[in-house]
Amino acid sequence: MPADIVVEAHGLGVTFEADGQRTVALTDVSLAIRAGEFVSLIGPSGCGKTTLLRLIADLEQPGAGRLLVNGTTPEQARLQLAYGYVFQAPALYPWRNVTRNVTLPLEVMGMDRAQRQARAARVLDLVGLTEFRRRFPWQLSGGMQQRVSIARALSFEPGLLLMDEPFGALDEITRDGLTLHLHALWRRTGLTAVFVTHSIPEAVYLSTRIVVMSPRPGRVVEVIDCDLPAERTLDLRDTPAFIAVAHRVREALRAGHSYD
Amino acid sequence: MTRVLPLACVLACVLLIWMAAVVPMNWDQAQALADDGAQWQDVAWATLSLDRPLLPAPHQVAGELIGSIAGWPVTSPRSLVFHAVVTFAAAVVGFVLALALGVALAVGIVHVRTLDRALMPWVIASQAVPVLAIAPMVVVVLGNLGLTGLLPKALIAGWLSFFPITTGMVKGLRSPDPMQRDLMRTYSATPRQEFAKLRWPASMPFLFPGLKVAAPLALVGAIVAELPTGAQAGLGARLLAGSYYGQTLQIWAALFMAAVLAVLAVAAVDLAQAVMLSRRGGRL
Repeated sequence: MPADIVVEAHGLGVTFEADGQRTVALTDVSLAIRAGEFVSLIGPSGCGKTTLLRLIADLEQPGAGRLLVNGTTPEQARLQLAYGYVFQAPALYPWRNVTRNVTLPLEVMGMDRAQRQARAARVLDLVGLTEFRRRFPWQLSGGMQQRVSIARALSFEPGLLLMDEPFGALDEITRDGLTLHLHALWRRTGLTAVFVTHSIPEAVYLSTRIVVMSPRPGRVVEVIDCDLPAERTLDLRDTPAFIAVAHRVREALRAGHSYD
Repeated sequence: MTRVLPLACVLACVLLIWMAAVVPMNWDQAQALADDGAQWQDVAWATLSLDRPLLPAPHQVAGELIGSIAGWPVTSPRSLVFHAVVTFAAAVVGFVLALALGVALAVGIVHVRTLDRALMPWVIASQAVPVLAIAPMVVVVLGNLGLTGLLPKALIAGWLSFFPITTGMVKGLRSPDPMQRDLMRTYSATPRQEFAKLRWPASMPFLFPGLKVAAPLALVGAIVAELPTGAQAGLGARLLAGSYYGQTLQIWAALFMAAVLAVLAVAAVDLAQAVMLSRRGGRL
């Protein structure tokens, strides 16, 4: 296995059982994600994209297949704090202010106070929230809260950033701003990113590769390279190259019978 | 002002109803004591100042309160402050016991599935036992073991007040949503860390309402524990002595003292909550 492969999946499958009903959440997923890539998982509800992300994070266990993260098991990777996870909701702890939310993983790691403060200052600067560091979550807008949660995921400097529809609950204007912001952040940090979304423009704008998935059973339909220029602005979305990639993604989604 | 006005209105209403009830309640006794040929106005006036009225008038209770608080040194058994301190001390110790037991039970119930099934029915059953029935037995049994004074009373107070703390904490410790718990898992936090950094702080908004219910209950428990055993000191003893000797003024003064203590206890809980809130940016 080449050293720069961060996530490697072979024939992954997951089946959930509830009330005697078996649901195949994911079947025969094979995928390799290289270091420094920005990979989006896109598909309609129930296609298993969140499940795949949770498998990588060791929050769910595969029923079949083999999954390696940083060349080891997902559990080992989790124990080594190899990834930062951003949930659908900010999931901030309301009794902690912004800085103390960001330092939470550092406290769990046992880092000393001075170092924690320095790290928090750096990542809050990265997401542009320095002046809000003493605020409490309820004093921030939804977009700001999600930026805090991204800062929290970056605070312990993981090589891999896993994001589960992080902008799903936000309005479109805020989403556009955060999409720009996330792209700049990814370019600056050189992270590997796996990004779950059901927005085609968002996926095309952010990604180096787009994994199109389909439900019943959850599976990978197509993997589309997104070789747009590295320097991206919102205007890019009106260029023929962008529209062409978006079109391919839409075609792949349709091929997966996702418009049933 | 906006807070004082409604409070004053309610107080005025209560006083009016009380005064209106005093005259008919004490009428027979006042008439029996009245001189022959007394006018009805005289009888009505007399109902307000009987020595042992069925229902004392507000000013009589106030007079008794002031007299028994300020009229004696606080170390005298005739001082109401003396009795109040005896009862309050037992209630405070009972409250602390209830807090320790309530939190410990909740932690056990939340973390050990067997305890959830094994303990909860007993916890509920313990609250169905009338405290008035069990208090004398507990006090007598402990007395035979050489435990007298504050401790038996504190145990009854704790018995009566741990339940709202337990139920509040069980709900609070279970309140973190799956996402908040998954977050801890992504950091590979130990169960102890998850408890200290997530479950415990998340439970605080559920603890304080329980404490506010528990504080007056602890006071009731301490008073009830003093009632059946011929205790020499405490508000319960004061109530009992009052009813033996028909000293209704003394009973009412003790009841008001108990109410004041309960208000103080709840205010103390409120203060603790305010301190916690100020450290959390002012929101539960």
